[in-house]
Amino acid sequence: MSSSNTLVTPDHIANPIPAETRGRAKTRHTGTHLLLIALAVMWLIPLLWTLYTALRPKAETDKYGYFSVGGTYNFDNFSNAWEQAGLGTYFVNSVIITVPTVLLTLLFASMMAFAVSRFSWRFNITLLIMFTAGNLLPPQVLAAPLFSIFKFIPLPLSISDSGNFLNTYYSVIMVNTAFQIGFCTFVLSNYMKALPQELTEAALVDGAGVWKQYYSIVMPLCRPALAALGTLEVIFIYNEFFWPLLFIQSGNRLPITTGIKNLQGQFLNDYNLIAAGATFTIIPTLIIYLLLQRHFVAGLTLGASKG
Amino acid sequence: MSTQVASPAAPARAKQPAPRRRGGSHKLSKGDKGVLAVMVGIPTLIVLLLVWIPMLLSIALSFTKWNALALSDIKPAGLSNYDFVLNNYPPFWPAVEHNIIWLLFLAVVATPLGLFLAVLLDQNIRGSRIYQSVFFTPVMLSLPLVAIIWQLMYARNEGLINNVLGTANGPNAIDWFGDSSVNLWAALIAATWRHAGYIMVLYLAGLKGIDPSLREAAAIDGASSSQTFFRVVFPSMRPINIVVIVITIIEALRAFDIVYVINRGTNGLELIGALVVQNLVGEGQVIGVGSALAVMLLVVSLVPITFYLARTFRRED
Repeated sequence: MSSSNTLVTPDHIANPIPAETRGRAKTRHTGTHLLLIALAVMWLIPLLWTLYTALRPKAETDKYGYFSVGGTYNFDNFSNAWEQAGLGTYFVNSVIITVPTVLLTLLFASMMAFAVSRFSWRFNITLLIMFTAGNLLPPQVLAAPLFSIFKFIPLPLSISDSGNFLNTYYSVIMVNTAFQIGFCTFVLSNYMKALPQELTEAALVDGAGVWKQYYSIVMPLCRPALAALGTLEVIFIYNEFFWPLLFIQSGNRLPITTGIKNLQGQFLNDYNLIAAGATFTIIPTLIIYLLLQRHFVAGLTLGASKG
Repeated sequence: MSTQVASPAAPARAKQPAPRRRGGSHKLSKGDKGVLAVMVGIPTLIVLLLVWIPMLLSIALSFTKWNALALSDIKPAGLSNYDFVLNNYPPFWPAVEHNIIWLLFLAVVATPLGLFLAVLLDQNIRGSRIYQSVFFTPVMLSLPLVAIIWQLMYARNEGLINNVLGTANGPNAIDWFGDSSVNLWAALIAATWRHAGYIMVLYLAGLKGIDPSLREAAAIDGASSSQTFFRVVFPSMRPINIVVIVITIIEALRAFDIVYVINRGTNGLELIGALVVQNLVGEGQVIGVGSALAVMLLVVSLVPITFYLARTFRRED
C-alpha cells in the first residue's frame, strides 16, 4: 500500500493533465472493485462451503439436501471427525516431522551459505549450482532409489520396529531436509553476500575464528531472512504429501497432510465429516498465516523483490 | 509439493557492494579450515547421498528388472523398460498428453490470472490487503487438501456445483472428478485456485519494485495504460518473469498430489508423476518401469532447470 501511494503522488503532481486522468482512474476503480469482489467471492466459496457443510449434521443434509438453509448447526462433525479419524495423532506426527526438519534445514543451509558466500574457494559456485538444481528436481525422480535404500539399510529394532528406515520419521525428516537445503542455501547465500565484507574481515583481524564469524556476526544479521525462510519451510513441510506417502505405511505415523487422504475412505460418503476433517487441517496454516503472514510472503518473494 | 525458485536478480544485485575481495582462504588457520570443511561437508554429504546419488541410481535402475524384494533379484534389462513404457503401457501417452494440457492450462490461464490479479491490486485500491489475503489463502493449503475441498464442490449429489446447476440427485448430475471426459479440467480449476495466488504474490513484489519514473515517462509520452503495461512495466519485470516461467513449467511437470488424492491418477487423470508412484508403491512393484518413467520426467525437467541455472549463475563465475 505505502509504495503504491508513493507511485501515485509524484505522478499527479507532475502530470500536466491530472484532472482528466484522475477522473478516469476513479471510474475505473469502481469497475475494478466489482471485478475483484466477484473474484474474491469465487475464491472464498470453496472454503465457505467446506465450513458450512462441516457445521451441519449429516441427518439434516440428508433430509433437506446439502444446498439448503435451516435445521441445526453444531460442532458434532468436528468432534466425531477428530475421534474417528484420529486427527490428534496425525497432528502430533506433523509436529514431530516438521520441527526437526525446519531446524536442521536452516542450520545446514546457513552453514553452507556462509561458506560459499563469505569465502571464495574452488567449486563453491559449482556446489551452489548443484544444491539449487537438486531442489528443482521432481521428487518422483528420487523415489525408487530412496525407497530401496531405506528398505535395505538395517536399523536396530530398538530404534525402528520395521528393522529399517521405512515407516520411520527419520526417513521423512532426512529426505525433506536434503530436499529443502538447496533452496534455503541459495536464498541465504544471496542474503549473506549482500552483507558488507568488512564485517567479517574486521572480525578476522580481531582474531575471531570462522565459527565465531558465522555464529555471532553473520547469523544475527540474517534474522529477517531466517524468520521468512523458517515460516515458509514450516508451511512447506507441513503441507508435504509425497515423502510420507512413500516411506510411511502405518496410518498412525502419518502426518496430517498425508493422513487426510484417508478421510474419504474412512468416512465413505459422509461429506459432513470430510468437511470437518478438512477444516481442522486448515486451522494450523491459518494461525501461522495470521501471525506470520508478513514473513511467509517475504519468504516467497525473497530474492524476487528488493529487500 | 511446492516449487520455490528465487530470482536471478538477487545475485547480480548482491554483487554491487564492492569488487570481490573475499577473505582469502590463505589467511585461514588450520583449525578454521577444518571448521569450514565441516560446514561445507555435512550439507554436501546430505545432498549428495539423498539427492544426487539417488538420481543417478534412478537412471541405473531404469535399465534393470526388479520387484524390490531382494537386492540379488536386480537383473539387467537393457532398454526393455523404455520399450515397454513407450509401446505397451496404455496410460503412458494419455499421461504425456495430460501433462502437456496441465502445462498449457497453467501457462495460458492460471499464471496470467495471477499476473492480472497483481496488476489490479497494485493500483492504489481501497481494501487491497483484504483482496490479497483472500486470493492468497489457497496458497497456504496443501494440494491434497485442495483436492478434498474441491471434492466437496464437485461431488455428484452433495457438491455445490451440481446443486447450483440443479442437476444434483438427477440423471444429469456430473461427477466432476469421476467422469473422465471432464475430470482433468475440474482438477485444473482446483490447481488454478491455488497457483494464481502464488503468481499474484510474486508479481505484486515485482510491480512494487518498478521505478515509478518509468511509468511517468511513459505517461508523458502519451502511452495508454495498457501500452505502458505491456511495453514498459512487463518487460522491466524480466527477472520475475523468468522465475514465473520456470515455476509454471516445474509445477506442471511435478503435478501429482491433486490427481493422486482423487483417484491415484487413473481414469482420465493420468500424469507421469502419478504413474511413477503407481509403479513403486503397493503390491506388484515394478521398479524398472517406475524408474524409466522417472528418468523421462528427469530429462524433461532438466530443460527448465538448466535454463534457470544458466541465467542465474551466468554472471557469477
